[in-house]
Amino acid sequence: MSGATDPIASRLPDPLAGYWERDIVKIFGTLGVVYALYLFVGFLLGYDLFGQLNSLRRLTFLVVVYGIAALVVNLHWGYSGLFNIGVVGFMAIGVYTATILSRPVAGQNPTGSLPGFGVPLALAVVAGILAAAAAGYVAALPSLRLRDDYFAIVTLAFAEIVRITFKSSELQEVTVFGWTFGTGGGRGIRTFSNPVRDFFETTGQPLVAAVESLGLDGQVVTDWAFVFVLLAILVGTYWLIARLSASPFGRVLKGIRDDEEATQSLAKRTSSFKIRAFVIGCAILGLLGIVWQGASSGYITPGRFLPELTFFIWIAVIIGGAGSNTGTVVGTILFVGLVLEGPAQVRRVVDEFVGLSGTAPTFPDALGALGGGNVDPILLYVFDQTSALRVVLTGLVLIWLLKRRPQGLLGDRREVASSIDLEERVEKRRQSGSEATPQGGDAD
Amino acid sequence: MALLRDKTPDWVPDRARVRTALFVAVLALLLFDVLRRLLGESLAPSLLTGYLWNGLVFGLVIGLAGVGLSLTYDLLGFANFAHGDYISVSAFVGWGSTYLVAGFGDFDPLNLLFLGVGDTVFPRDVGVSVTNTPVAVLVGLVIAAVGGAAVALLFDRFVYRSMRKSGAIALLIASVGVAFTLRFMLVFLFTQDTFGLTVSAWAYELSLPGGTVNVSAPELLLVTVAVVSMVSVHLLLTRTKLGKAMRAMSANRDLARVTGIPSERVVTATWLVGGALAGLAGFMIALFQGTINYQLGWTLLLLVFAGVIMGGIGSVYGAIAGGVLIGLVTRVSQVWIPASFAEAVGFAVMIAVLLTRPSGIFGGDSL
Repeated sequence: MSGATDPIASRLPDPLAGYWERDIVKIFGTLGVVYALYLFVGFLLGYDLFGQLNSLRRLTFLVVVYGIAALVVNLHWGYSGLFNIGVVGFMAIGVYTATILSRPVAGQNPTGSLPGFGVPLALAVVAGILAAAAAGYVAALPSLRLRDDYFAIVTLAFAEIVRITFKSSELQEVTVFGWTFGTGGGRGIRTFSNPVRDFFETTGQPLVAAVESLGLDGQVVTDWAFVFVLLAILVGTYWLIARLSASPFGRVLKGIRDDEEATQSLAKRTSSFKIRAFVIGCAILGLLGIVWQGASSGYITPGRFLPELTFFIWIAVIIGGAGSNTGTVVGTILFVGLVLEGPAQVRRVVDEFVGLSGTAPTFPDALGALGGGNVDPILLYVFDQTSALRVVLTGLVLIWLLKRRPQGLLGDRREVASSIDLEERVEKRRQSGSEATPQGGDAD
Repeated sequence: MALLRDKTPDWVPDRARVRTALFVAVLALLLFDVLRRLLGESLAPSLLTGYLWNGLVFGLVIGLAGVGLSLTYDLLGFANFAHGDYISVSAFVGWGSTYLVAGFGDFDPLNLLFLGVGDTVFPRDVGVSVTNTPVAVLVGLVIAAVGGAAVALLFDRFVYRSMRKSGAIALLIASVGVAFTLRFMLVFLFTQDTFGLTVSAWAYELSLPGGTVNVSAPELLLVTVAVVSMVSVHLLLTRTKLGKAMRAMSANRDLARVTGIPSERVVTATWLVGGALAGLAGFMIALFQGTINYQLGWTLLLLVFAGVIMGGIGSVYGAIAGGVLIGLVTRVSQVWIPASFAEAVGFAVMIAVLLTRPSGIFGGDSL
């Protein structure tokens, strides 16, 4: 695929490098390495089988949900050149719509929390997806002709408006035409019960019982089954986007990304193509919001849809390289496994094996102890703050990538700016004579 | 492109004129409604005055922060998403210094510098306010400005400088990385807590029909600082050689370089001025709110963008005017819309401006 520019292929011995050419090997090879790391950490910490399975499940779950979102960002940015940094907004619209519609009607409410419209879950999910798609249409239609950076600001502002609206106390519970419903405001709202979990509590109970008779916690079955459902959605998204990008539709999108005016001069209505790509992505984001935020925990608050999440998804795409689905998935695996979850794993191992004494509830305390010649408190403080430090690490990785390798590990887009820099190419060809390898070509 | 698509028949009026007419009509309608409410006594004059005063003060802070953003956006051609976090970092640095000066000798200096994180020092014990400890506040203000300039310069050296040739989007994404690095370093150092900063200061109570409007000492200081720094920026741009060079670079970068203007030095100066103003804005917004947390600048950033875009990117006066407008819009909109939507209204206005007049409502591309 990217051959000469791929930093991993150039470091592998030749026979392995041949295999590495295949997308599926890239994905599963990376996943295997990250899995092995986690199993090793689990081994060090003395996890039993249940513990190992649980740690891998958490990792797989995050890889899958981030992967779906990253694929959408890749469709928007990598293929269509639409700089969408309002990802969470569309997820929020999807899950809030589905939740509000599927909550039981006032009066027949078993849990006593917010009432809704009592729509069957399947219909509510469809409505949520459609609502996210419609929001995408509304947000993109007028802003398509804007410059990339203005488009980014508009989508970010849109996502924040969505979040502020769901958070406002005025919409916490309203009654319109006799229907009482609401967003739950800042406190959030209970969503629907997870169908996968329901299945294993009723029809699938024997399967759980069988696993429990093996001496394992039955929870493993339910949790992994849910991850596999999400995985199916990821595979479906991958297939859809790969098909789209290989189709004539996708070629027009890439044309728009690289040079919109040239594509227009070939009599393509670029705005129509862009808006379709954007709406498809937003629909997938709506579905993702429903299955990720809605189904997995059973409770949503506006605080789950902060711009930080969008940033995490974006960096997964940038690590892998925009414009390549395989790269996006590989980038997601690396991002989730090493950057997002990695610091916590390191912390667990250190907690287990290095005996640190003392306490340091705040940074000045730790600094004071350090001044007194005691190194332990500052280390303890650093480990206590891993959740903040991993974001710092993420930011640094992002800066480093953009300075050193703006195209990502496996990116097809040679540069991040919109038009192709022909001069540089001519320059390169001139320097290396006829041996020059073409770069930045199409994935297919 | 326009030729290909333009199938508009002749009888359809000019789009821009329709838009202007629509804008004026909506504005007139809103004004009429305010008058109606004022006369019908559903809106007390004191309340409206309060909104206007509050909006003006808030808007001046946004304008102050916007000058730097606008200048660097124009000169380097990218939207600096880290600008909000320059505001937060310098606010923390400035307020740490204020606490250090105000409580020196009475408390542990390290705890003072970290604003009493972990409940070691409480604001009521230090007793900082504009009228109680004016020296400490002024010292903090100066240090915030210095800190803002230093942070801006530091990140230009380490991140943006080597990326001058990169596209606007690569720089934008890098600035998002800078933003998150800075913001979560603040979380690392200060946790996610919100710190109370001041005790109440002297305030003048202006009585109006329907109640009183408080004009407090922090607000007066804020207006003074904002006006003084804006006038200084104006003098810098119009009276000094550096200002002339900045204007020249903004107007035409290549031409400026051909005439021998040292572009890197001008860029550095721009970061310094912009960072210092962001620092001032950060210190003042914390003083205005009386609290500080790690999201201080980030929550402000989109509103600052709104002001900058309204005023037209690259225009210093536009950024100030746009900021004040956004400040007024977010407050005065509370006549119709609940206060929890104040920010959302600001964003919506920005989107509307971007869609209708992306070059800003004052048009033009002058500094």
